[in-house]
Amino acid sequence: MLRLIALGYLAALLIVPVGLVVYRAFEDGIGAFIESITTPEALHALWLTIVIALIAVPMNTVFGIFCALAIVRRKFPGHGLVNSVVDLPLALSPVVVGLALVLVYGRQGWWGGWLIDNGFQVIFALPGMVLATIFVSLPFVVREVVPVLREIGDEQEEASATLGASPWQTFWRVTLPAIRWGVLYGVVLTTARALGEFGAVSVVSGRIAGRTETMTLHVEERYQAFEIQDAYAASVVLAVLAVATLLVMTLLRREET
Amino acid sequence: MSSVAQPVARPLRRRRDGALSLGVTTGYLSVIVLIPMAALLLRSLEGGAGAFWDAVTDPQAVAALKLTFVISLGVVLINAVAGTVIAWVLVRDSFRGKSLVNALIDLPFALPTIVAGLTLLALYGPKSPVGVNVAYTTAAIVLALLFVTLPFVVRTVQPVLLELDRDMEEAAQSLGATSFQTFRRIVFPNLFPAILSGTALGFARSLGEFGSVVLISGNQPFKTEVASVYIFGQIESDNITGAAAVSVVLLLASLAVLLSIGGLRRWATRHDN
Repeated sequence: MLRLIALGYLAALLIVPVGLVVYRAFEDGIGAFIESITTPEALHALWLTIVIALIAVPMNTVFGIFCALAIVRRKFPGHGLVNSVVDLPLALSPVVVGLALVLVYGRQGWWGGWLIDNGFQVIFALPGMVLATIFVSLPFVVREVVPVLREIGDEQEEASATLGASPWQTFWRVTLPAIRWGVLYGVVLTTARALGEFGAVSVVSGRIAGRTETMTLHVEERYQAFEIQDAYAASVVLAVLAVATLLVMTLLRREET
Repeated sequence: MSSVAQPVARPLRRRRDGALSLGVTTGYLSVIVLIPMAALLLRSLEGGAGAFWDAVTDPQAVAALKLTFVISLGVVLINAVAGTVIAWVLVRDSFRGKSLVNALIDLPFALPTIVAGLTLLALYGPKSPVGVNVAYTTAAIVLALLFVTLPFVVRTVQPVLLELDRDMEEAAQSLGATSFQTFRRIVFPNLFPAILSGTALGFARSLGEFGSVVLISGNQPFKTEVASVYIFGQIESDNITGAAAVSVVLLLASLAVLLSIGGLRRWATRHDN
């Protein structure tokens, strides 16, 4: 009985809607689907989405490891603050994130005018979209690595240091191998979030088709233009990426145990 | 949570390494998160406290905030129950395809929100193949938020349920407790902190949700416009002060939820050490 309720709820909320979109995307045949996702706008949107992820994910990975090390291995004033600030992107509306970035980097913002005068446009351009994506996907590596670091303790790092390894050597040879699954898991989550970000990027990008339109913005733009078929097709591309993420996550979880 | 002993402080080594990690952490967090948040706060107060208050008490803003808080609360309550049931089924039941269902729970985390909105619109919108059309109503907002907050309670309750000792339940049952009594007196108190923390996370997420709602809600002021969509609209129509003020309300609500989750964790693990 409980199983029926649980599975029924999941079917009505998750499985049937997603299945229906996949069905609709291929309703007019695979040719129509391919045509929808190979328009210049769609290809550019896909390319831009990948470029943003390729910048944001490595940055957040490096930061995530440093930040987790700082949270777990060091005591410093403002420790609690850093811990809370890291979680903020999880709880904050993406639209608010976008607005906050515009207020700093936009033409009227704190530094935006100066940056534009020096030939560096952030808002309505790639750097702003990267910043927004970094903001919303910031917590994942930190949150995955912190518990692993806590669990392994620092005896091995101590031993390595005692045996004369430099901090850098200790990090590469002892710490990093020990936390690699946590890091990988965090990277997968960061990538998924980066590829799927909509609200924050929507505010900072200006949504110029073929210029500052990512895949998610392209879905919305096609829908608003009553080209629902195109919107479904682009959605399926994003859904495939999401399912691939789930697959990698499941495999990582299995590998880890 | 984990009861692993914290490493003892060793001041000698501490001075040498870690200065870099601390510098990178604070620098990065400042540029990406703290400075923009400060800019938001200052902008909302630029015209003084009176202007801030006027912006927040604008009838359209009040309606949007009220709608957001009420619906979010209802949605997380539904998912507190549904999430607990799903976690229970995933841990205690066994059936074919269970691991697939388990993997699917994370789909709302992985699926872009705009795609989530579009999929719900396909099934429960004007062209619904099952004849259910809730598009552009509050029911549509409820559906979208149920979708995006589904994993929170499941994923916080599941590990607790996995670790829960079944001996207590068996003892209760052999002493003549009904299965409902066993659940209420033995299982539920153990799950409660996890349910609460998952619910709080879901609530924070609901308050700020944008992508999944924007297509399906119709965004009618005073009727189906949630706070995020209101802020977006104010940005588009260049009322930055209004947008910033309502943003600050959402920011404070998120912070309050995060801090209470932190407090909750400390309370739930108070006997661990």
